[in-house]
Amino acid sequence: METKTNIIDLESIRKDFPILTRKVNGKPLIYFDNGATSQKPQAVIAAIEKYYTLENSNIHRGIHTLSQEATEAYEAARNTVQHFLNAEHSKEIIFTSGTTGSLNLLASSIGKKHINQGDEIIISTMEHHSNIVPWQMLCEEKGAILKVVPINDKGEFLMNEFENLLSDKTKLVSVTHVSNTLGTINPVKEIIAKAHQKGALVIIDGAQAVPHTKVDVRNLDCDFYVFSAHKMLGPTGVGILYGKESLLNDLPPYQGGGDMIKTVTFEKTTYNELPHKFEAGTPNIAGGIGLAAAIDYMNKIGVDKIEAHEHELLSYATKEIKQIEGIRIIGEANNKASVLSFLVDGTHPSDIGMIIDKLGIAIRTGHHCTEPLMDRFDIPGTARASFAFYNTIEEIDTFIHALKRAIKMLL
Amino acid sequence: MTIKEAQNEIIDEFALFDEWMDKYEHIIELGKDLPIIKSEHKTEENLIKGCQSRVWLHADLSNNNILFTADSDAIITKGIIALVIRVFSNHTPKEIAESELFFIDQIGLKEHLSPTRSNGLLAMVKQIKMYSIAFQAKA
Repeated sequence: METKTNIIDLESIRKDFPILTRKVNGKPLIYFDNGATSQKPQAVIAAIEKYYTLENSNIHRGIHTLSQEATEAYEAARNTVQHFLNAEHSKEIIFTSGTTGSLNLLASSIGKKHINQGDEIIISTMEHHSNIVPWQMLCEEKGAILKVVPINDKGEFLMNEFENLLSDKTKLVSVTHVSNTLGTINPVKEIIAKAHQKGALVIIDGAQAVPHTKVDVRNLDCDFYVFSAHKMLGPTGVGILYGKESLLNDLPPYQGGGDMIKTVTFEKTTYNELPHKFEAGTPNIAGGIGLAAAIDYMNKIGVDKIEAHEHELLSYATKEIKQIEGIRIIGEANNKASVLSFLVDGTHPSDIGMIIDKLGIAIRTGHHCTEPLMDRFDIPGTARASFAFYNTIEEIDTFIHALKRAIKMLL
Repeated sequence: MTIKEAQNEIIDEFALFDEWMDKYEHIIELGKDLPIIKSEHKTEENLIKGCQSRVWLHADLSNNNILFTADSDAIITKGIIALVIRVFSNHTPKEIAESELFFIDQIGLKEHLSPTRSNGLLAMVKQIKMYSIAFQAKA
Protein backbone atom coordinates (compact mmCIF):
# COMPACT_ATOMS: atom_id res chain seq x y z
CA MET A 1 0.00 0.00 0.00
CA GLU A 2 1.20 3.46 -0.91
CA THR A 3 1.08 5.26 2.41
CA LYS A 4 1.98 8.76 1.29
CA THR A 5 -0.38 11.10 -0.43
CA ASN A 6 1.18 13.78 -2.56
CA ILE A 7 -1.71 16.16 -2.74
CA ILE A 8 -0.37 18.54 -0.11
CA ASP A 9 2.96 19.13 1.57
CA LEU A 10 2.07 17.49 4.86
CA GLU A 11 5.44 17.84 6.45
CA SER A 12 5.42 21.59 6.07
CA ILE A 13 1.72 21.92 6.95
CA ARG A 14 2.09 19.97 10.19
CA LYS A 15 4.82 22.38 11.29
CA ASP A 16 2.25 25.17 11.10
CA PHE A 17 0.21 23.58 13.91
CA PRO A 18 2.13 23.89 17.21
CA ILE A 19 -0.22 21.55 19.10
CA LEU A 20 0.59 18.63 16.80
CA THR A 21 4.01 18.32 18.40
CA ARG A 22 2.67 17.68 21.88
CA LYS A 23 2.35 14.35 23.62
CA VAL A 24 -0.73 12.96 25.29
CA ASN A 25 -0.36 10.22 27.90
CA GLY A 26 3.24 9.90 26.81
CA LYS A 27 2.36 9.28 23.16
CA PRO A 28 2.47 11.65 20.19
CA LEU A 29 -0.96 13.25 19.86
CA ILE A 30 -3.14 11.91 17.05
CA TYR A 31 -6.02 14.32 16.77
CA PHE A 32 -9.07 12.79 15.12
CA ASP A 33 -11.70 14.97 16.77
CA ASN A 34 -11.75 17.64 14.10
CA GLY A 35 -15.52 17.46 13.80
CA ALA A 36 -15.74 18.88 17.32
CA THR A 37 -13.15 21.56 16.72
CA SER A 38 -10.09 21.86 14.52
CA GLN A 39 -6.60 22.73 15.67
CA LYS A 40 -5.22 26.22 14.95
CA PRO A 41 -2.28 27.09 12.75
CA GLN A 42 0.37 29.51 13.95
CA ALA A 43 -0.94 32.12 11.49
CA VAL A 44 -4.26 32.27 13.35
CA ILE A 45 -2.65 32.32 16.78
CA ALA A 46 -0.32 35.10 15.60
CA ALA A 47 -3.15 37.19 14.14
CA ILE A 48 -5.02 37.10 17.46
CA GLU A 49 -1.88 37.89 19.40
CA LYS A 50 -1.03 40.76 17.06
CA TYR A 51 -4.49 42.21 17.44
CA TYR A 52 -4.32 42.25 21.23
CA THR A 53 -0.68 43.32 21.26
CA LEU A 54 -0.81 46.15 18.75
CA GLU A 55 -4.33 46.96 17.57
CA ASN A 56 -6.78 46.40 20.43
CA SER A 57 -9.48 49.04 20.46
CA ASN A 58 -13.24 49.18 20.14
CA ILE A 59 -14.60 49.41 16.62
CA HIS A 60 -17.01 51.72 14.78
CA ARG A 61 -17.01 54.36 17.44
CA GLY A 62 -13.59 55.86 18.07
CA ILE A 63 -12.17 58.95 16.50
CA HIS A 64 -8.67 57.83 17.35
CA THR A 65 -6.21 56.00 15.13
CA LEU A 66 -6.27 52.74 17.03
CA SER A 67 -10.04 52.44 16.79
CA GLN A 68 -9.88 53.13 13.08
CA GLU A 69 -7.24 50.46 12.61
CA ALA A 70 -9.25 47.93 14.58
CA THR A 71 -12.38 48.81 12.61
CA GLU A 72 -10.51 48.41 9.33
CA ALA A 73 -9.12 45.05 10.37
CA TYR A 74 -12.56 43.82 11.43
CA GLU A 75 -14.21 45.02 8.23
CA ALA A 76 -11.39 43.52 6.18
CA ALA A 77 -12.19 40.22 7.91
CA ARG A 78 -15.79 40.61 6.81
CA ASN A 79 -14.61 41.07 3.22
CA THR A 80 -12.46 37.96 3.50
CA VAL A 81 -15.50 35.95 4.58
CA GLN A 82 -17.55 37.48 1.77
CA HIS A 83 -15.06 36.29 -0.85
CA PHE A 84 -14.67 32.92 0.86
CA LEU A 85 -18.42 32.32 0.42
CA ASN A 86 -18.66 34.22 -2.87
CA ALA A 87 -21.37 36.43 -1.38
CA GLU A 88 -22.43 39.43 -3.39
CA HIS A 89 -21.93 42.05 -0.69
CA SER A 90 -19.89 42.22 2.50
CA LYS A 91 -22.97 43.56 4.32
CA GLU A 92 -24.52 40.13 3.81
CA ILE A 93 -21.95 38.76 6.26
CA ILE A 94 -23.06 39.00 9.90
CA PHE A 95 -20.62 38.13 12.66
CA THR A 96 -22.20 36.00 15.38
CA SER A 97 -20.95 33.84 18.25
CA GLY A 98 -21.06 30.68 16.12
CA THR A 99 -23.42 28.37 14.26
CA THR A 100 -25.70 28.07 17.29
CA GLY A 101 -25.76 31.85 17.66
CA SER A 102 -26.57 32.28 13.97
CA LEU A 103 -29.41 29.76 14.09
CA ASN A 104 -30.92 31.33 17.19
CA LEU A 105 -30.75 34.75 15.56
CA LEU A 106 -32.60 33.39 12.54
CA ALA A 107 -35.18 31.55 14.64
CA SER A 108 -35.93 34.77 16.49
CA SER A 109 -35.98 37.17 13.53
CA ILE A 110 -37.56 34.88 10.93
CA GLY A 111 -40.00 33.73 13.60
CA LYS A 112 -41.18 37.27 14.27
CA LYS A 113 -41.55 38.14 10.63
CA HIS A 114 -42.60 35.01 8.80
CA ILE A 115 -43.86 32.23 11.07
CA ASN A 116 -47.46 32.02 12.14
CA GLN A 117 -49.81 29.44 13.58
CA GLY A 118 -50.11 26.35 11.38
CA ASP A 119 -47.02 27.17 9.33
CA GLU A 120 -44.55 24.39 8.75
CA ILE A 121 -40.78 24.24 9.21
CA ILE A 122 -38.82 21.34 7.70
CA ILE A 123 -35.56 19.95 9.05
CA SER A 124 -33.90 16.55 8.56
CA THR A 125 -33.28 13.55 10.80
CA MET A 126 -29.53 14.15 10.79
CA GLU A 127 -29.61 17.67 12.27
CA HIS A 128 -27.43 18.72 15.18
CA HIS A 129 -29.40 19.74 18.28
CA SER A 130 -28.53 23.36 17.37
CA ASN A 131 -30.62 23.01 14.24
CA ILE A 132 -33.50 21.26 16.04
CA VAL A 133 -34.07 22.96 19.37
CA PRO A 134 -34.38 26.62 18.18
CA TRP A 135 -37.07 25.49 15.72
CA GLN A 136 -38.89 23.44 18.35
CA MET A 137 -38.90 26.49 20.62
CA LEU A 138 -40.19 28.67 17.79
CA CYS A 139 -42.90 26.15 16.83
CA GLU A 140 -44.04 25.96 20.43
CA GLU A 141 -44.23 29.73 20.68
CA LYS A 142 -46.05 30.24 17.39
CA GLY A 143 -48.12 27.08 17.12
CA ALA A 144 -46.17 26.12 14.00
CA ILE A 145 -45.36 22.54 13.02
CA LEU A 146 -41.95 20.94 12.73
CA LYS A 147 -41.59 18.31 10.00
CA VAL A 148 -38.62 15.98 9.74
CA VAL A 149 -37.24 14.50 6.52
CA PRO A 150 -36.28 10.84 7.07
CA ILE A 151 -33.03 9.23 5.92
CA ASN A 152 -32.18 5.79 4.58
CA ASP A 153 -30.01 3.19 6.33
CA LYS A 154 -26.90 4.55 4.64
CA GLY A 155 -27.62 7.91 6.24
CA GLU A 156 -28.77 9.70 3.08
CA PHE A 157 -31.40 12.41 2.85
CA LEU A 158 -34.56 11.10 1.18
CA MET A 159 -35.38 13.61 -1.51
CA ASN A 160 -38.81 12.21 -2.44
CA GLU A 161 -39.87 12.19 1.22
CA PHE A 162 -38.77 15.82 1.36
CA GLU A 163 -40.85 16.63 -1.70
CA ASN A 164 -43.83 14.95 -0.06
CA LEU A 165 -43.40 17.11 3.03
CA LEU A 166 -43.08 20.35 1.07
CA SER A 167 -46.34 22.24 0.72
CA ASP A 168 -47.74 25.74 0.57
CA LYS A 169 -47.62 25.69 4.38
CA THR A 170 -43.83 25.25 4.35
CA LYS A 171 -42.34 28.58 5.36
CA LEU A 172 -38.82 27.46 6.14
CA VAL A 173 -36.40 24.62 5.45
CA SER A 174 -33.28 24.33 7.60
CA VAL A 175 -30.90 21.47 6.85
CA THR A 176 -27.29 20.63 7.38
CA HIS A 177 -24.83 20.70 4.49
CA VAL A 178 -22.68 17.94 6.03
CA SER A 179 -23.76 15.68 8.90
CA ASN A 180 -21.43 15.93 11.91
CA THR A 181 -22.21 12.35 12.94
CA LEU A 182 -22.48 10.53 9.61
CA GLY A 183 -20.38 12.64 7.30
CA THR A 184 -23.17 12.65 4.72
CA ILE A 185 -22.88 15.52 2.23
CA ASN A 186 -26.43 16.55 1.46
CA PRO A 187 -27.58 17.61 -2.01
CA VAL A 188 -28.29 21.10 -0.71
CA LYS A 189 -28.53 22.77 -4.11
CA GLU A 190 -31.40 20.51 -5.07
CA ILE A 191 -33.02 20.92 -1.64
CA ILE A 192 -32.83 24.70 -1.98
CA ALA A 193 -34.31 24.70 -5.48
CA LYS A 194 -37.20 22.46 -4.45
CA ALA A 195 -37.95 24.56 -1.35
CA HIS A 196 -37.87 27.76 -3.39
CA GLN A 197 -40.43 26.35 -5.79
CA LYS A 198 -42.82 26.31 -2.82
CA GLY A 199 -41.76 29.78 -1.73
CA ALA A 200 -40.00 28.61 1.44
CA LEU A 201 -36.88 30.21 2.86
CA VAL A 202 -33.84 27.96 3.17
CA ILE A 203 -31.12 27.93 5.82
CA ILE A 204 -28.05 25.74 5.36
CA ASP A 205 -26.06 24.71 8.44
CA GLY A 206 -22.54 24.72 7.06
CA ALA A 207 -20.62 24.08 10.30
CA GLN A 208 -19.21 20.77 9.03
CA ALA A 209 -18.99 21.79 5.37
CA VAL A 210 -16.81 24.91 5.31
CA PRO A 211 -13.76 23.18 6.83
CA HIS A 212 -13.75 20.62 4.03
CA THR A 213 -15.28 21.92 0.86
CA LYS A 214 -15.68 25.04 -1.26
CA VAL A 215 -18.97 26.79 -0.57
CA ASP A 216 -20.48 29.24 -3.04
CA VAL A 217 -23.64 30.76 -1.61
CA ARG A 218 -24.64 32.37 -4.90
CA ASN A 219 -24.30 29.13 -6.79
CA LEU A 220 -26.28 27.31 -4.10
CA ASP A 221 -28.84 30.14 -4.04
CA CYS A 222 -29.43 29.54 -0.32
CA ASP A 223 -31.16 32.31 1.59
CA PHE A 224 -29.02 31.88 4.68
CA TYR A 225 -25.80 29.99 5.37
CA VAL A 226 -24.34 29.62 8.87
CA PHE A 227 -21.09 28.27 10.27
CA SER A 228 -18.53 28.52 13.11
CA ALA A 229 -14.93 29.67 12.88
CA HIS A 230 -13.54 27.12 15.32
CA LYS A 231 -14.21 24.07 13.17
CA MET A 232 -12.25 25.61 10.29
CA LEU A 233 -8.97 26.57 11.99
CA GLY A 234 -10.35 29.77 13.54
CA PRO A 235 -10.95 30.72 17.18
CA THR A 236 -13.95 29.72 19.30
CA GLY A 237 -16.75 32.16 20.03
CA VAL A 238 -17.15 33.57 16.55
CA GLY A 239 -19.24 32.48 13.60
CA ILE A 240 -21.01 33.70 10.52
CA LEU A 241 -24.51 34.26 9.33
CA TYR A 242 -24.71 34.87 5.62
CA GLY A 243 -28.05 36.11 4.35
CA LYS A 244 -29.26 37.57 1.09
CA GLU A 245 -29.33 41.35 1.43
CA SER A 246 -33.01 41.83 0.69
CA LEU A 247 -34.00 39.12 3.17
CA LEU A 248 -31.77 40.45 5.94
CA ASN A 249 -33.10 43.96 5.36
CA ASP A 250 -36.58 42.60 5.70
CA LEU A 251 -35.98 40.86 9.03
CA PRO A 252 -36.37 42.58 12.40
CA PRO A 253 -33.22 42.87 14.54
CA TYR A 254 -32.34 40.18 17.06
CA GLN A 255 -30.67 41.72 20.09
CA GLY A 256 -30.84 45.39 20.98
CA GLY A 257 -27.87 47.41 22.12
CA GLY A 258 -24.95 49.46 20.96
CA ASP A 259 -23.81 49.51 17.34
CA MET A 260 -27.12 48.18 15.97
CA ILE A 261 -28.92 51.53 16.18
CA LYS A 262 -29.05 54.65 14.06
CA THR A 263 -30.71 56.94 16.60
CA VAL A 264 -32.12 56.29 20.04
CA THR A 265 -34.70 58.35 21.86
CA PHE A 266 -36.97 57.13 24.62
CA GLU A 267 -39.88 57.36 22.21
CA LYS A 268 -38.40 55.55 19.21
CA THR A 269 -35.20 53.88 18.11
CA THR A 270 -34.25 53.50 14.48
CA TYR A 271 -32.02 50.66 13.53
CA ASN A 272 -28.69 50.71 11.81
CA GLU A 273 -28.14 49.35 8.34
CA LEU A 274 -26.73 45.97 7.44
CA PRO A 275 -24.65 44.32 8.70
CA HIS A 276 -24.65 46.34 11.95
CA LYS A 277 -28.38 45.91 12.50
CA PHE A 278 -27.67 42.36 13.64
CA GLU A 279 -24.49 43.04 15.57
CA ALA A 280 -25.49 44.55 18.90
CA GLY A 281 -22.75 45.26 21.40
CA THR A 282 -19.00 45.01 21.13
CA PRO A 283 -18.35 41.95 18.98
CA ASN A 284 -15.60 39.34 19.16
CA ILE A 285 -13.16 41.54 17.26
CA ALA A 286 -10.12 39.29 17.72
CA GLY A 287 -12.32 36.35 16.74
CA GLY A 288 -13.29 37.93 13.44
CA ILE A 289 -9.67 38.75 12.69
CA GLY A 290 -8.66 35.21 13.63
CA LEU A 291 -11.31 33.78 11.31
CA ALA A 292 -9.97 35.84 8.42
CA ALA A 293 -6.46 34.53 9.12
CA ALA A 294 -7.87 30.99 9.07
CA ILE A 295 -9.50 31.60 5.69
CA ASP A 296 -6.28 33.07 4.30
CA TYR A 297 -4.43 29.99 5.50
CA MET A 298 -6.95 27.61 3.92
CA ASN A 299 -6.85 29.53 0.67
CA LYS A 300 -3.07 29.37 0.66
CA ILE A 301 -3.23 25.57 0.78
CA GLY A 302 -6.25 25.40 -1.49
CA VAL A 303 -9.66 24.19 -0.37
CA ASP A 304 -9.78 21.77 -3.31
CA LYS A 305 -6.52 20.19 -2.18
CA ILE A 306 -7.75 20.01 1.41
CA GLU A 307 -10.85 18.20 0.20
CA ALA A 308 -8.89 15.79 -1.98
CA HIS A 309 -6.44 14.85 0.79
CA GLU A 310 -9.22 14.38 3.34
CA HIS A 311 -11.05 12.20 0.85
CA GLU A 312 -8.01 9.96 0.62
CA LEU A 313 -7.78 9.78 4.40
CA LEU A 314 -11.43 8.80 4.66
CA SER A 315 -11.21 6.16 1.92
CA TYR A 316 -8.11 4.63 3.45
CA ALA A 317 -9.50 4.64 7.01
CA THR A 318 -12.81 3.17 5.84
CA LYS A 319 -11.08 0.40 3.95
CA GLU A 320 -8.81 -0.45 6.89
CA ILE A 321 -11.47 -0.31 9.60
CA LYS A 322 -13.79 -2.58 7.60
CA GLN A 323 -11.22 -5.34 7.92
CA ILE A 324 -11.71 -5.43 11.68
CA GLU A 325 -14.19 -8.08 12.75
CA GLY A 326 -17.42 -6.80 14.28
CA ILE A 327 -17.11 -3.26 12.93
CA ARG A 328 -20.27 -1.46 11.96
CA ILE A 329 -19.91 1.86 10.17
CA ILE A 330 -22.71 4.33 10.88
CA GLY A 331 -23.11 6.57 7.86
CA GLU A 332 -22.25 5.05 4.51
CA ALA A 333 -23.54 7.71 2.17
CA ASN A 334 -22.12 7.72 -1.33
CA ASN A 335 -21.11 11.33 -0.90
CA LYS A 336 -19.24 11.74 2.39
CA ALA A 337 -16.95 14.20 4.15
CA SER A 338 -14.10 12.99 6.36
CA VAL A 339 -16.17 11.62 9.25
CA LEU A 340 -15.97 7.97 10.26
CA SER A 341 -18.56 6.92 12.84
CA PHE A 342 -18.47 3.33 13.96
CA LEU A 343 -19.44 0.73 16.52
CA VAL A 344 -17.72 -2.49 17.48
CA ASP A 345 -19.91 -5.49 18.33
CA GLY A 346 -19.89 -6.24 22.04
CA THR A 347 -18.18 -2.99 23.08
CA HIS A 348 -19.35 0.44 24.16
CA PRO A 349 -17.99 3.45 22.23
CA SER A 350 -16.89 5.22 25.43
CA ASP A 351 -14.71 2.22 26.40
CA ILE A 352 -13.04 2.34 22.99
CA GLY A 353 -12.53 6.09 23.29
CA MET A 354 -11.04 5.83 26.78
CA ILE A 355 -8.53 3.15 25.86
CA ILE A 356 -7.29 4.73 22.67
CA ASP A 357 -7.00 8.07 24.50
CA LYS A 358 -4.43 6.30 26.68
CA LEU A 359 -2.58 5.64 23.43
CA GLY A 360 -2.59 9.34 22.54
CA ILE A 361 -5.50 9.25 20.10
CA ALA A 362 -8.35 11.73 20.42
CA ILE A 363 -11.71 10.67 18.99
CA ARG A 364 -15.20 11.57 20.10
CA THR A 365 -17.71 9.13 21.53
CA GLY A 366 -21.35 9.63 22.42
CA HIS A 367 -24.40 10.90 20.61
CA HIS A 368 -22.61 13.90 19.03
CA CYS A 369 -25.52 16.22 19.87
CA THR A 370 -27.69 14.26 17.44
CA GLU A 371 -29.89 12.17 19.75
CA PRO A 372 -32.82 11.82 17.30
CA LEU A 373 -30.36 10.51 14.70
CA MET A 374 -29.04 7.94 17.20
CA ASP A 375 -32.65 6.90 17.85
CA ARG A 376 -33.12 6.48 14.09
CA PHE A 377 -30.31 3.92 14.06
CA ASP A 378 -31.44 2.55 17.45
CA ILE A 379 -28.00 3.02 19.00
CA PRO A 380 -26.92 5.00 22.09
CA GLY A 381 -24.00 6.64 20.34
CA THR A 382 -20.97 5.99 18.18
CA ALA A 383 -17.23 6.36 18.23
CA ARG A 384 -16.28 8.99 15.69
CA ALA A 385 -12.96 9.70 14.05
CA SER A 386 -13.06 12.92 12.04
CA PHE A 387 -10.08 13.88 9.93
CA ALA A 388 -8.54 17.17 8.91
CA PHE A 389 -6.06 17.88 6.14
CA TYR A 390 -3.13 17.87 8.59
CA ASN A 391 -3.80 14.22 9.44
CA THR A 392 -1.75 11.49 7.82
CA ILE A 393 -2.09 7.94 6.54
CA GLU A 394 0.46 6.89 9.19
CA GLU A 395 -1.77 8.29 11.91
CA ILE A 396 -4.64 6.20 10.57
CA ASP A 397 -2.43 3.10 10.72
CA THR A 398 -1.63 3.87 14.37
CA PHE A 399 -5.30 4.45 15.08
CA ILE A 400 -6.33 1.12 13.51
CA HIS A 401 -3.63 -0.63 15.50
CA ALA A 402 -4.81 1.04 18.73
CA LEU A 403 -8.41 0.18 17.95
CA LYS A 404 -7.54 -3.49 17.54
CA ARG A 405 -5.70 -3.40 20.84
CA ALA A 406 -8.69 -1.80 22.58
CA ILE A 407 -11.06 -4.40 21.16
CA LYS A 408 -8.80 -7.18 22.33
CA MET A 409 -8.82 -5.74 25.85
CA LEU A 410 -12.57 -5.27 25.92
CA LEU A 411 -13.79 -8.56 24.48
CA MET B 1 -14.20 -3.97 57.17
CA THR B 2 -14.80 -0.23 57.37
CA ILE B 3 -15.31 1.94 54.33
CA LYS B 4 -11.85 3.35 54.87
CA GLU B 5 -10.26 -0.11 55.14
CA ALA B 6 -12.01 -1.27 51.98
CA GLN B 7 -10.60 1.69 50.10
CA ASN B 8 -7.08 1.07 51.41
CA GLU B 9 -7.36 -2.55 50.34
CA ILE B 10 -8.18 -1.45 46.78
CA ILE B 11 -5.27 1.00 46.79
CA ASP B 12 -2.92 -1.85 47.78
CA GLU B 13 -4.41 -4.06 45.10
CA PHE B 14 -3.81 -1.45 42.41
CA ALA B 15 -0.28 -0.71 43.60
CA LEU B 16 0.69 -3.98 41.88
CA PHE B 17 0.07 -2.48 38.44
CA ASP B 18 2.83 -0.45 36.83
CA GLU B 19 1.20 -0.08 33.46
CA TRP B 20 -2.08 1.65 32.70
CA MET B 21 -2.96 -1.33 30.50
CA ASP B 22 -2.78 -3.79 33.37
CA LYS B 23 -4.85 -1.46 35.48
CA TYR B 24 -7.51 -1.13 32.79
CA GLU B 25 -7.52 -4.84 32.11
CA HIS B 26 -8.18 -5.42 35.80
CA ILE B 27 -11.01 -2.90 35.80
CA ILE B 28 -12.51 -4.51 32.71
CA GLU B 29 -12.40 -7.90 34.45
CA LEU B 30 -14.11 -6.41 37.52
CA GLY B 31 -16.73 -4.96 35.20
CA LYS B 32 -17.39 -8.34 33.64
CA ASP B 33 -17.68 -9.95 37.09
CA LEU B 34 -20.04 -7.37 38.61
CA PRO B 35 -23.19 -9.22 39.69
CA ILE B 36 -25.98 -8.32 37.37
CA ILE B 37 -28.58 -5.94 38.72
CA LYS B 38 -32.06 -7.47 38.84
CA SER B 39 -33.89 -6.55 35.67
CA GLU B 40 -36.84 -5.14 37.64
CA HIS B 41 -34.39 -2.65 39.17
CA LYS B 42 -33.04 -1.53 35.80
CA THR B 43 -35.75 1.09 35.61
CA GLU B 44 -35.92 4.59 34.26
CA GLU B 45 -36.14 5.73 37.88
CA ASN B 46 -32.81 4.08 38.75
CA LEU B 47 -31.10 5.35 35.60
CA ILE B 48 -28.36 7.94 35.87
CA LYS B 49 -27.91 9.30 32.39
CA GLY B 50 -24.45 10.49 31.43
CA CYS B 51 -23.59 11.86 28.02
CA GLN B 52 -21.19 8.97 27.42
CA SER B 53 -22.63 6.00 29.23
CA ARG B 54 -25.63 5.01 31.30
CA VAL B 55 -25.53 3.84 34.90
CA TRP B 56 -28.28 2.12 36.90
CA LEU B 57 -28.12 2.19 40.69
CA HIS B 58 -30.47 0.43 43.07
CA ALA B 59 -30.41 0.57 46.89
CA ASP B 60 -32.09 -1.67 49.49
CA LEU B 61 -32.02 -1.35 53.25
CA SER B 62 -31.44 -4.62 55.09
CA ASN B 63 -30.68 -4.87 58.84
CA ASN B 64 -29.85 -1.16 58.78
CA ASN B 65 -27.23 -1.73 56.07
CA ILE B 66 -27.61 -0.36 52.56
CA LEU B 67 -27.08 -2.90 49.79
CA PHE B 68 -26.25 -1.39 46.42
CA THR B 69 -26.56 -3.07 43.06
CA ALA B 70 -25.61 -1.30 39.85
CA ASP B 71 -24.90 -1.69 36.18
CA SER B 72 -23.62 0.28 33.21
CA ASP B 73 -23.60 -0.21 29.48
CA ALA B 74 -19.88 0.71 29.36
CA ILE B 75 -17.48 -1.86 30.77
CA ILE B 76 -14.80 0.46 32.19
CA THR B 77 -17.47 2.46 33.98
CA LYS B 78 -18.93 -0.82 35.20
CA GLY B 79 -15.56 -1.91 36.55
CA ILE B 80 -15.17 1.27 38.55
CA ILE B 81 -18.76 0.85 39.76
CA ALA B 82 -17.80 -2.61 41.03
CA LEU B 83 -15.09 -0.98 43.14
CA VAL B 84 -17.39 1.77 44.42
CA ILE B 85 -20.00 -0.80 45.43
CA ARG B 86 -17.39 -2.95 47.12
CA VAL B 87 -16.51 0.09 49.23
CA PHE B 88 -19.98 1.34 50.12
CA SER B 89 -22.32 -1.61 50.03
CA ASN B 90 -23.36 -3.32 53.25
CA HIS B 91 -22.69 -0.33 55.50
CA THR B 92 -25.07 1.69 57.62
CA PRO B 93 -26.53 4.90 56.22
CA LYS B 94 -24.61 6.84 58.87
CA GLU B 95 -21.28 5.26 57.92
CA ILE B 96 -21.85 6.01 54.25
CA ALA B 97 -23.00 9.57 54.86
CA GLU B 98 -19.94 10.32 56.97
CA SER B 99 -17.41 8.60 54.72
CA GLU B 100 -15.02 10.15 52.30
CA LEU B 101 -14.28 8.69 48.88
CA PHE B 102 -10.55 8.80 48.27
CA PHE B 103 -9.49 5.58 46.55
CA ILE B 104 -10.39 6.56 42.97
CA ASP B 105 -8.02 9.49 43.15
CA GLN B 106 -5.29 7.34 44.72
CA ILE B 107 -5.41 4.59 42.13
CA GLY B 108 -5.02 7.14 39.35
CA LEU B 109 -8.56 7.12 37.99
CA LYS B 110 -9.44 10.64 39.03
CA GLU B 111 -10.38 11.62 35.49
CA HIS B 112 -13.26 9.16 35.56
CA LEU B 113 -14.93 11.16 38.30
CA SER B 114 -14.43 14.45 36.51
CA PRO B 115 -17.65 16.25 35.56
CA THR B 116 -16.26 16.66 32.03
CA ARG B 117 -16.36 12.92 31.47
CA SER B 118 -20.09 12.87 32.14
CA ASN B 119 -20.11 9.09 32.29
CA GLY B 120 -22.59 8.95 35.14
CA LEU B 121 -20.00 7.91 37.75
CA LEU B 122 -19.85 11.20 39.58
CA ALA B 123 -23.64 11.32 39.62
CA MET B 124 -23.68 7.75 40.94
CA VAL B 125 -21.41 8.62 43.85
CA LYS B 126 -23.66 11.58 44.66
CA GLN B 127 -26.67 9.29 44.45
CA ILE B 128 -25.08 6.84 46.91
CA LYS B 129 -24.66 9.70 49.37
CA MET B 130 -28.25 10.79 48.75
CA TYR B 131 -29.52 7.30 49.56
CA SER B 132 -27.53 7.26 52.78
CA ILE B 133 -29.02 10.57 53.85
CA ALA B 134 -32.51 9.50 52.83
CA PHE B 135 -32.28 6.18 54.70
CA GLN B 136 -30.90 7.97 57.77
CA ALA B 137 -33.89 10.29 57.76
CA LYS B 138 -36.25 7.30 57.55
CA ALA B 139 -34.59 5.47 60.42
